[in-house]
Amino acid sequence: MARFSVFSLARNALSHHENWPRQWRSPEPKAEYDAIIVGGGGHGLATAYYLAKNHGLTNIAVLEKGWLGGGNTGRNTTIVRSNYLWDESAAMYEHALKLWEGLSQDLNYNIMFSQRGVMNLAHNLGDVRESKRRVYANRLNGVDAEWLEPQGVKAFCPIINISQTARYPVMGATLQRRAGVARHDAVAWGYARGADARGVDIIQQCEVTGILREGDQVTGVETTRGTIRAKKVGLVVAGHTSQLGQMAGLRLPVESHPLQALVSEPIKPIHPCVVMSNAVHVYVSQSDKGELVIGAGVDAFVGFGQRGSFHIIEGQMGALRELFPIFSRLRMMRSWGGIVDVCPDASALVSKTPVKGLYVNGGWGTGGFKATPGSGWTFAHTIANDEPHPINAPFNLERFVTGHLVDEHGAAAVAH
Amino acid sequence: MKIIQCPYCGERPELEFSYGGEAHIARPEDPAALSDEEWADFLFMRKNTKGIYLERWMHAAGCRRWFNAVRDTVTYEFLAVYKVGEMPPDLDRGEG
Repeated sequence: MARFSVFSLARNALSHHENWPRQWRSPEPKAEYDAIIVGGGGHGLATAYYLAKNHGLTNIAVLEKGWLGGGNTGRNTTIVRSNYLWDESAAMYEHALKLWEGLSQDLNYNIMFSQRGVMNLAHNLGDVRESKRRVYANRLNGVDAEWLEPQGVKAFCPIINISQTARYPVMGATLQRRAGVARHDAVAWGYARGADARGVDIIQQCEVTGILREGDQVTGVETTRGTIRAKKVGLVVAGHTSQLGQMAGLRLPVESHPLQALVSEPIKPIHPCVVMSNAVHVYVSQSDKGELVIGAGVDAFVGFGQRGSFHIIEGQMGALRELFPIFSRLRMMRSWGGIVDVCPDASALVSKTPVKGLYVNGGWGTGGFKATPGSGWTFAHTIANDEPHPINAPFNLERFVTGHLVDEHGAAAVAH
Repeated sequence: MKIIQCPYCGERPELEFSYGGEAHIARPEDPAALSDEEWADFLFMRKNTKGIYLERWMHAAGCRRWFNAVRDTVTYEFLAVYKVGEMPPDLDRGEG
């Protein structure tokens, strides 16, 4: 792997940057691997990277039906934070955030992680109480969190409207200063490059069409490019967790919903942080290109169409205009949708399954991007040791039988 | 906006409706006899079909009555609606 450094940049500048090598290979699939990761998004590529780096497992393949990071990795609003209420979630997302903080150096790839701070606004007394409770819970878990009064909100984000005459006035906000945004595509590419350099075969345009079993042991997968055998198979297929699970005879507690996002025309830097509002329901940051990146909630219905209903966008535009009157004449440039898998408790699955050697990582709902490094790190541990790491142990499948749910619905600082 | 056919009120915009998830999940006849696994299946496990799916919808801003729909979860097209208690129409296109 050609390492990026100031010297390699200078050297390549001399040849007008036309001689950079390919960042990863495009190998033919082998007949058998030690492990197969299904899904070449951020989580799948991170899993492969940490399997190779932390566990020395390099004879593995990542199978992707489309192109790398073409699913939810390339469709999210790139927000990274760890201010979750419950201990289990705080441990998972804080582990991820700590990995985010060193990720560019670890991968030798600039993922443009920008810790510009995330504010979660409170608009009513219930919000205020819940937010303060979450701040205290975060601090007990070692997650940085602050409570801001309206004047503090205005100081941190001067363009926000804190007028008490607003329909839903801002009554304060929680602030996580270590939170921020990252370049979503670069996360997939950085992990792909790092995994490939350690010997992982990344195979694109290879759709898994069946999962092979002998008794209760997984033995490989059928793909559009032939049968590939492996004793361990990890499913990391946001948006199609149910469908892949079904191929192995599993019935999963997952429903898939369309989630939309949109960007505005690019404008000069004006929005210094990330603002999320649960009550009026919009979240917004400004990309380095100058576009506002805007998201909100899912469509209520089950949908696999990677698009959603217009009234959802209408609602979030109304909320945006209410919070930021300055954006009222801004034009929106494009919108798109992804498919998010949501579990009944709005927490993820990073788990073994009843099928030996088959592991599932999914159900991240609307907030999977921020978890990418922690998800891959713990899932790699689970696959390598056939045992979950203490961080992902609570995110097992059995919790729906035992009742030990990690109920983040409404507790995760954002509605799902 | 998508127009949805309420079997009681006729065609109305999507905004008037709320969603109730997978249809035809029967409540257990003898709840006390269910194992934890059977409860988990009833409460949490869903087909989540990609394709033709039988669902419950409610005309929340209208007659407030529940009904069932046959909908394609990829194209979002409503193929049929029918009242609670009725059997799903045979659409000759398989079912979820």
